[in-house]
Amino acid sequence: MKNLSLGVPMIHLPDGKDPYIGHEQEFMDTTPHIQIRLISDPTYLCGVREMVASVARRLGFDDMDCSKISLALDEALCNVIRHGYTKAFDQPIWIGITPLEPNAESPGGIMIVIEDEAKKVDPSKIIGRHLEDIKPGGLGVHIIREVMDSVRYEPRETIGMRLTMTKRVVREENPPRLRDHLPGFVRKADAASKRV
Amino acid sequence: MDSAPKGYAMGESDTFLIISEPSTGVVVIAPTADVDMSRSPMLRTAIQQHMKPSTETLVVHLEDVGYMDSSGLATLVEAMRTGKATNTNLVLSAMGPKVLAIFEIARLESFFTIVAGIDEALQP
Repeated sequence: MKNLSLGVPMIHLPDGKDPYIGHEQEFMDTTPHIQIRLISDPTYLCGVREMVASVARRLGFDDMDCSKISLALDEALCNVIRHGYTKAFDQPIWIGITPLEPNAESPGGIMIVIEDEAKKVDPSKIIGRHLEDIKPGGLGVHIIREVMDSVRYEPRETIGMRLTMTKRVVREENPPRLRDHLPGFVRKADAASKRV
Repeated sequence: MDSAPKGYAMGESDTFLIISEPSTGVVVIAPTADVDMSRSPMLRTAIQQHMKPSTETLVVHLEDVGYMDSSGLATLVEAMRTGKATNTNLVLSAMGPKVLAIFEIARLESFFTIVAGIDEALQP
């Protein structure tokens, strides 16, 4: 197990034998590139959302995916505040953000780890409600699982819960080229072929 | 404020919502910023205050809402249910694509009356 510092508590990544995530070899670095500690006050969710959306944009996600990633993060934090800390607004939450390395299918991605000191919950009990049941609430887990590629809840070793979620950038089939955006731009080869 | 929960930052509560009554029986509630866990209780309170039998149509105008989370969505689902009890039409207007996305993720968009702009929302 690798111990990675994430604020005061430690985050433990699997040593490769644990099949749950299998992403550790994809990290550009084993230490989270961004680490944040905040208190469980909903007022500060806006700042975290904007930060993660900006980072996701730099990692290659389009505008809509950036918004969805920040939505998933927001929902996860709301669940910690609402259910984990039962709306106590002065409790600690740690967020770690790490880029995923490119692979054959994707030019990269993002891994977000959220840790808290709330009560431990059996991960198998963390399920969203059925969407057919139209009623307020209970949508957060469904939204997180719908938006992200992988989602894993687990109890931390000492106290609290850890949520690890990843999402990869979808590689564009035909990415736009420079000349698509420059009126009158002609490749050298195209210009040469027109010369007689 | 003594009644505030411990550690809760205060502010902006008096500027988040613009509420108007353009004609008899029509109420427009327009949030001026993102609707998230810290703000949806204000929207919920405003809707509850105006969702009554004398209100024929209640419009939630979302032009200035760039982001909404599931707490905002839950507020609107509750408003839709209340509206059925009070016989009030709930109309959502000027919803942007990022807000619409959460309705689609929750597969709720077909349960609401969603119109492009405020003019359409105010048509009798």
